[in-house]
Amino acid sequence: MLADKYRERIDGILAKYPEGHRRAAIMPLLYMAQHEYGHLSRQAVNEVAGILDLDPTEVGKLIRFYTLFHDEPGGRSRVQICTDLPCALRGAEHFAEALCENVGVRLGETTEDGALTIEAVMCLAGCDRAPMFQVQDSEGIHYHENQTVESAMEIIEGLRGQTADG
Amino acid sequence: MAEHIVLRHRDIPDIDQLEVYLKHGGFETFTDVVKNKSPQEIIDVVKASGLRGRGGAGFPTGLKWSFLGKAKPRYVAVNADESEPGTFKDREIMERNPFQFLEGVAICCYAAEANHAYIYMRGEFWDNATRIEEHIQQLYDRGFLGKGLFGSDVDLDFHVHLGAGAYICGEESALLESLEGKLGMPRLRPPFPTVNGLFSAPTVINNVETLTNVPLIVAQGSDWYRSFGTEKSPGTKVFCLSGNIARPGNYELPLGTPFRELIFEHGGGIPDGKQLKAILPAGASAPILMATDEVLDTKMDYESVPNVGSQLGSASVIIIDDSVDISWVEYKISNFFKHESCGKCTPCREGTYWMLQILERIHEGTATPDDIDLLDSVAQGVQGKCLCALGEFASGAVVAGVERFRSDFDLKVASR
Repeated sequence: MLADKYRERIDGILAKYPEGHRRAAIMPLLYMAQHEYGHLSRQAVNEVAGILDLDPTEVGKLIRFYTLFHDEPGGRSRVQICTDLPCALRGAEHFAEALCENVGVRLGETTEDGALTIEAVMCLAGCDRAPMFQVQDSEGIHYHENQTVESAMEIIEGLRGQTADG
Repeated sequence: MAEHIVLRHRDIPDIDQLEVYLKHGGFETFTDVVKNKSPQEIIDVVKASGLRGRGGAGFPTGLKWSFLGKAKPRYVAVNADESEPGTFKDREIMERNPFQFLEGVAICCYAAEANHAYIYMRGEFWDNATRIEEHIQQLYDRGFLGKGLFGSDVDLDFHVHLGAGAYICGEESALLESLEGKLGMPRLRPPFPTVNGLFSAPTVINNVETLTNVPLIVAQGSDWYRSFGTEKSPGTKVFCLSGNIARPGNYELPLGTPFRELIFEHGGGIPDGKQLKAILPAGASAPILMATDEVLDTKMDYESVPNVGSQLGSASVIIIDDSVDISWVEYKISNFFKHESCGKCTPCREGTYWMLQILERIHEGTATPDDIDLLDSVAQGVQGKCLCALGEFASGAVVAGVERFRSDFDLKVASR
């Protein structure tokens, strides 16, 4: 249970917001739950709702509104390629296609070994360093910019190796 | 520009280290403000400087601060949700010149008589947020944040709050909703956030770049600041240059610099022997411009860009060369807005969906000639009917695209 395992951290998060506004802690707690469980299952949502004394619906409805929250399991690493207009003008759509082809999945799909999900996402504020992507995993989110298909494949192979070892 | 006001890390190496920042006068202004100045004096100097909001709307910052309701507590919310396609300036500021930004937040809090600032950063800036939290801890350790600052009765706390991937949360009232743990949907106004904002308290919301200007304005005065830029748009602006350009990146230049200078002198022009075709001066959120001589000679400031039919906005200048089909550009823009519409207002929720459907047909070559007029009529039907600007941006992009680059659309329909 999050409430037992992370008591101190939860108290620290709640202390950031004024009395009577505990609900403001929903998003930080959802990040914590996603970190713990890999995705936001119904159980995870119930736990967050329990900590904040809210109805689970009030918590659950946020998940599909915000793209960095996931209510279904995906790859252990989510490779999120920006294919929005500024990146697309610098070849990001072809870049994304080439990565998918090399990995053997289509956009939005997860590899059979469960290591990777490859997704196209909206602007990540890295337009001057396109093609670029971010990797979201349970530890956080990291940017990889000024990429070529070759450099990106090296990173991707690294991610697959990591999860295989782990 | 020889020197930078906002991107000062380009003049002073390692200014992202607190010791280096302090050595260059860092936090002297904030210390002086708390010890010797009244909040009203700070509001007056920011007002006199003519600083305008750098997030896109260009609203006068000092004036916004002067609208604050009398009730306490009050809050400062910092908009670090930088999500406009083509915008990547707040990120560079927070990564490379973080302490000047944080000093700006501190001075803003003093002027607003707020004890708490919430820095709302987009969730994708995860690594940057971790560093900003470390920087904030350093400020506590050095006595620039915390209780009873410099022996006064001023208490000040900073909190980082991560968003989780929603463009709409860059809209200020949606940002407040999101910070309160709700769906990030815009609020009906009035009341404005300065009267009834975060947690129902009077709240100042400012963009990262706006606040990063503040320490130098307060230190060097409004006349100094007004020596840059134009009379109505004083100061400098960080222009984000992207797309089909030789040297993409951030360029801090005086407001009023012409497009031509940004694109050809600083940006190095259009690569691969291609020609400049179109300019998006404010990311996806302002009408597309034909690259005529009149447009290229237009000054990039809040007054001049509207004269040629667009907006300065956040000054995220996306460059498009003559190999690009504008109906595809509008398809990409519509895809963005359809994805990012929060769904609260029907015209935006439905309109972005239908505009995308039609543009997809045009893009795939299955549209009929009537579809172009249908697209235009859907876009016109959205305009002026939504709570926030997203619906306007989405429809304005389409209307301008069809009007100014009709032949690109006709070609896609004729070639089927």
